[in-house]
Amino acid sequence: MSAARPTTRTGKDSAPPKPGRKTATAERKADTGPPPVGRPDVRRRTDLLTAMLRIRRFEERCVELYSAAKIRGFVHLYIGEEAVAVGVNEALTPEDAVVSTYREHGHALARGLTAEAVMAEMYGKATGCSGGRGGSMHLFDASRRFYGGSAIVAGGLPLAAGLALADRMRGMPRVTCCFFGDGAFAEGEFHETANLAALWNLPLLLVCENNLYAMGTALTREHAQTDLAMRAASYGMPAWAVDGMDVDAVEQSARRAVEGIRAGTGPHFLELRTYRFRAHSMYDPDRYRKKAEIEEWKSRDPIDRLTHLMRDNGELDDSELTRIEQRITDEIDRAVDAAEQAPEEPVEDLLRHVTSTSAEEVSRP
Amino acid sequence: MNAVATEGTKTTYREAMREALREALRSDDRVFLMGEDVGRYGGCFGVSLGLLEEFGPDRVRDTPLSESAFVGAGIGAALAGMRPVVEIMTVNFSLLALDQLLNNAATLLHMSGGQLPVPLVIRMTTGAGRQLAAQHSHSLEGFYAHIPGIRVLAPATLEDARHMLAPALADPDPVVVFEHGSLYNASGELLPPTAPVDLDHAAIRRPGTDISLITYGGSLPKARAAADELAAEGIDAEVIDLRTLRPLDGATVTASVARTHRAVIVDEAWRTGSLAAEVSARIAEESFYDLDAPVERVCSAEVPIPYARQLEEAALPQTADIVAAAHRAVD
Repeated sequence: MSAARPTTRTGKDSAPPKPGRKTATAERKADTGPPPVGRPDVRRRTDLLTAMLRIRRFEERCVELYSAAKIRGFVHLYIGEEAVAVGVNEALTPEDAVVSTYREHGHALARGLTAEAVMAEMYGKATGCSGGRGGSMHLFDASRRFYGGSAIVAGGLPLAAGLALADRMRGMPRVTCCFFGDGAFAEGEFHETANLAALWNLPLLLVCENNLYAMGTALTREHAQTDLAMRAASYGMPAWAVDGMDVDAVEQSARRAVEGIRAGTGPHFLELRTYRFRAHSMYDPDRYRKKAEIEEWKSRDPIDRLTHLMRDNGELDDSELTRIEQRITDEIDRAVDAAEQAPEEPVEDLLRHVTSTSAEEVSRP
Repeated sequence: MNAVATEGTKTTYREAMREALREALRSDDRVFLMGEDVGRYGGCFGVSLGLLEEFGPDRVRDTPLSESAFVGAGIGAALAGMRPVVEIMTVNFSLLALDQLLNNAATLLHMSGGQLPVPLVIRMTTGAGRQLAAQHSHSLEGFYAHIPGIRVLAPATLEDARHMLAPALADPDPVVVFEHGSLYNASGELLPPTAPVDLDHAAIRRPGTDISLITYGGSLPKARAAADELAAEGIDAEVIDLRTLRPLDGATVTASVARTHRAVIVDEAWRTGSLAAEVSARIAEESFYDLDAPVERVCSAEVPIPYARQLEEAALPQTADIVAAAHRAVD
């Protein structure tokens, strides 16, 4: 029996063949995948393209600013994975919750955080979305139910189960969406959370961004069984492997999963097969990947793909694309200017927010 | 069902704790109890016996043996407006959830610039004395007291067992409560509260003028017994129950040492890097010129707590050790 290939809306497998990949023995839900639920119209596709481009250009500016030493710390870029954040977010409402990872600029921007608030946080300024205390890895916005921003691999998963538990206990028709990577799938916390969520029928959308590398360790070197959707399905939850480079496929699968969750059928799992075009972080020399592999994945760039599709359909011309790019450039320019001008959090406020009544410790001998 | 503990009645530490949980569940819909065996089993130490029948499986929630998942779920539920009380069987097991406690519960408020307070109570047993060997007997309160962003409580009396939970639940931040396993059967008359329990300050359990015995949790009865022995010899010991290990109330300690000029710190944790070390350092910083003798520490031997009775007893601080330390300071 050959390894089953996931069927997505477009019928394409996003993952390249992996040497030594083990054969799936269980029937995979990926094979029956979520059916399409109607194509988005032109306006919708334009919005998806704009949202992906906004993330891409924001992060490209971050690279420049990092090189110029304007922003520091660990900066993990999402370039190449934009279809995941944008597609999944399309399926969520403002009342839903999102829990994210350290590679979360894309999730934050897709969730509606302003470029200004995120950029100011990258600068460590008082106007940043975490008041300068979080930086690139810890973006938060309680008003948008965006719960970060966790730099512990898999650390956000139990927390997401708790958000979903609270909604379930109070009968609120909300969904909690938790993003994590293939590295998190190897952590006990993923499996503890999947078990708990399925056991308690929690309204939780588990979104595994399988970009084939846990930092520098390839999927085949970190997982005895690399078919993640199949393994997730073993917890008794619907699980699909989807082409994460196709924003339409991501959106449709996320919509189907969210519909199921809202209907009360418990947690759903999506394995989105994607790739980061850049290294793990700005510190990473990226010695563990072959250039040919990176180039192959770049040929499936979700932004290029949608752009070509829209051009072929006559839905996008150069002038429209230029207008979109200009609007994004202007927004990011304004965000950078604002971050440059923004006040720094005063050092006197160092101990604020340690506890809700803070600074109580300093007054004590 | 066991007797309901009310003021002025004879009760146990276990029943006092249960009554506190019952009151919390009754008075606030957002409160729920979650942990291993808290429901059908009645709680590993019998604390939650009967609560499942009274409040149902949604609010007295048995969990899988998944410390990280259910502590993290408590954090998430707290973020979403609930008031979870999470029970971990022992502090040794809490290490499986230390990531969630330290990297999320204690950190989210600060990391988010004040946006995400975590109103969560985590209860766990601690301590040795029941021949349970190394993986059920340690005292790691000091680990948790090391962490900014959480409050750490060690109720040592019936009154604190009964009345600390309500203010802990009212605290907008994570509160970790340590219940020493040897205290559950402690019994006595539960006195009516004269004031709400103050989670910011240590308590003087026995006033005295000659020496300060500074302790918390399961060592309080031993310190009291030592004070009784010393009193018979004409040495008037003051017994201080730290009760809140973070934020530590250094002022009460400093004021006591200013009166007695001698200090013995009793801590069931290992001596090296212990809470006793922290208290000792604070006395050195704040009370150096008040001291008439070096600070004494009575801690556990630096060994994983053994099973054999005589070895376990030898490893732990005992009343005789406290009396001997007091003599060294006074003589």
